[in-house]
Amino acid sequence: MSSTLTPSEGRRHASGVPDDLAGATSSDASLRRFLHGLPGVDQVGAEARAAMLGTRSIKTTAKAVALDLAISMVDLTTLEGQDTPGKVRALCTKALRPDPADPSAPSTAAVCVYADMVATAKEVVGDAVNVAAVATAFPSGRAARDIKLMDTADAVEAGADEIDMVIDRGAFLAGRYLDVYEEIVAVREACRRPDGSEAHLKVIFETGELQTYDNVRRASWLAMLAGAHFIKTSTGKVQPAATLPVTLVMLEAVRDWREATGAMVGVKPAGGIRSAKDAIKYLVMVNEVAGPDWLSPDWFRFGASTLLNDLLMQRTKMRTGRYSGPDYFTLD
Amino acid sequence: MANDDISTPGTAAAGTGATSPAAIFDYAPAPESRAVVDIRSSYGLFIGGEFVDPAQGRSFKTISPATEEVLAEVAEASEADVDRAVAAARRAYTRVWSKMSGRERGKYLFRIARILQERSRELAVLESIDNGKPIRESRDVDVPLAAAHFFYYAGWADKLGHAGFGDDPQPLGVAGQVIPWNFPLMMLAWKIAPALATGNTVVLKPAETTPLTALLFAEICQQADLPPGVVNIVTGAGDTGRAVVAHPDVDKVAFTGSTEVGRSIAKTVAGTEKRVTLELGGKAANIVFDDAPVDQAVEGIVNGIFFNQGHVCCAGSRLLVQESIAEELLERLKRRMATLRVGDPLDKNTDVGAINSAEQLAKIRELADVGETELAGGPGERWSPPCDLPGTGFWFPPTVFTGVTQAHRIAREEIFGPVLSVLTFRTPAEAVEKANNSPFGLSAGIWTDKGSRILWVANQLRAGVVWANTFNKFDPTSPFGGYKESGYGREGGRHGLEGYIR
Repeated sequence: MSSTLTPSEGRRHASGVPDDLAGATSSDASLRRFLHGLPGVDQVGAEARAAMLGTRSIKTTAKAVALDLAISMVDLTTLEGQDTPGKVRALCTKALRPDPADPSAPSTAAVCVYADMVATAKEVVGDAVNVAAVATAFPSGRAARDIKLMDTADAVEAGADEIDMVIDRGAFLAGRYLDVYEEIVAVREACRRPDGSEAHLKVIFETGELQTYDNVRRASWLAMLAGAHFIKTSTGKVQPAATLPVTLVMLEAVRDWREATGAMVGVKPAGGIRSAKDAIKYLVMVNEVAGPDWLSPDWFRFGASTLLNDLLMQRTKMRTGRYSGPDYFTLD
Repeated sequence: MANDDISTPGTAAAGTGATSPAAIFDYAPAPESRAVVDIRSSYGLFIGGEFVDPAQGRSFKTISPATEEVLAEVAEASEADVDRAVAAARRAYTRVWSKMSGRERGKYLFRIARILQERSRELAVLESIDNGKPIRESRDVDVPLAAAHFFYYAGWADKLGHAGFGDDPQPLGVAGQVIPWNFPLMMLAWKIAPALATGNTVVLKPAETTPLTALLFAEICQQADLPPGVVNIVTGAGDTGRAVVAHPDVDKVAFTGSTEVGRSIAKTVAGTEKRVTLELGGKAANIVFDDAPVDQAVEGIVNGIFFNQGHVCCAGSRLLVQESIAEELLERLKRRMATLRVGDPLDKNTDVGAINSAEQLAKIRELADVGETELAGGPGERWSPPCDLPGTGFWFPPTVFTGVTQAHRIAREEIFGPVLSVLTFRTPAEAVEKANNSPFGLSAGIWTDKGSRILWVANQLRAGVVWANTFNKFDPTSPFGGYKESGYGREGGRHGLEGYIR
């Protein structure tokens, strides 16, 4: 899994952002001008489009494909204060082989844990499944920058393949876009390993706190300018978390970013996606908004925990023709 | 004609190098079951509360435009049949319906509305089979709006004295109504609901290519125990329609359809006591300013012209786009058009269905060819996304013409198909001038983030309906109708009552 996550050289934009876009980050004022110059998002229209895509009817072979694809895109997550090494090990075992009764079920894309559990997780999954760690004073992001960077470096050192950082929503909402930009750039730098490789950076917006789709679009461009590998909706700790319209706006942003730069950025809705039916709606949206190129765990993830069991249940139903109860699947 | 595929930019550079995900996630067919509808092999005329044979015993076939399969034999009403239907409507009017209290009339309308909802799946499937429109639209738009119309006018039936047309407005009598094939059930609801709510009885002629939902509606009238003769449905083509319009005992004529037919109706009723409302053609301007929410504007353009295969009188068939964003917007529009799913109307994932008839397809092809000839040698072009059209049935791909000017026929004539003409403008004043430079004036769209501009432009536009940052939205509470050659009178809302009372 980790091998496919390494993008081919030259498509990433760490310093390869076209000049016209790079100029946008030269000062707070120019960054604000750029972000506020992006086309607006009409709330009613965006929600109507998302609702329409939700009416697509995915059946039979397409559904089987979608379920397996969705399983392979799950970042299986446990982010509780009461997490124990035992629980993390169980989670990792499940990520490797989600359905013990059926080895044909794909493994998930990653497990997502707090930084102190990275080593434990790594012991179990090795290189077969990525380990993602939340960092930067997750979930509120309320800490000094050097603490956030230390937090990140710790997780990378412990072996994290991916870092899920939160942006400083206070700074963003106050219009201090350059602060947010510089912080993302700094965290990306902290993702670098001694051997020159780097952990992949997912940037969490906490869209439930950003309030408007215009803000979501601006945050998306801001994060992409700063070098995010993935843009992610939510921590899962704030309601509303991921929604279809928010994800729509982010998918439009990564699509437009590729038009502008040639580079792809991934999207990760997280929190609140619980049913296979919902997951399939997201896949339809990826397919029709960003395009089929994004239909891969390299470019699209679900941050979820309970979703996996519903995907497995639907999968078993498709293969056997019968519904089995939740007791036949492992608890996370 | 450049068919360059822009749907998957840079595919080669992206992805993981494995099999193309496009092939992996092809949506499997998801057809709605036809088993929910029971189409009879032949239908009579619905007169006086029951199905009767036509006097001359003539009939015509209605086919499915997606497959050309014959669905049923439908009776063709002659003048004698229309006479019988008008007599039944007159009898029901004088003996029952005009004497009934508004409250009682309202109960019947509520009952019809509820049955429409209960049988919505059946109606939606039948509409898609007979008309060719995608099930997603008949299920989510046509049938719910038809039911909503009956609910809305049911509410007015006992409150007519408070509608602003006097304390005690009176019905006109018998209404002769002729409706088109593009929204068969919805147009029926627009016509019948206000007529019945105000105490009129009706003789309605559905279009000859789409009579089946009207005939199912006749069964619903029976199911609702509507007094016999209050609703009569006579099927047939132009001659039947002319007989309805010209009948001396018809007090009111309501027509939706082409401007050409509307003109001849106006001639027929000129000099008589008949009241007339006409809802005719359109060539709506959809105006996109440079500050528009661009992704939603693209959706609105697509919805404006490809909704219902462009068989919409208020379709946004002329896209006026500010020149500074024209190139970018067109790229986005083409990319979006490439994702439209054209095919089986009964498949729940179909976006664009079949053209309603061979005749209409020929007309669309003719005008599209004219457009191609007109644009030859200029900067404009004809473009359609690559799409596989079914072998049988009537199909036309979503098509866009760029570089069109006001002088081109495709910018002036109503094509009534999935064909968009794109023009550009520089200033708001120019946009308004171009939008109004048309003999039609049914609808228009404005796309901008600036509220003051929406109000300014809307005030300048000579169009009956102006949508701002949306398109093709309908609601029974909102009046609908045209300026200029798009007709007169309003349907829907409180205004829709006025055409049926004195």
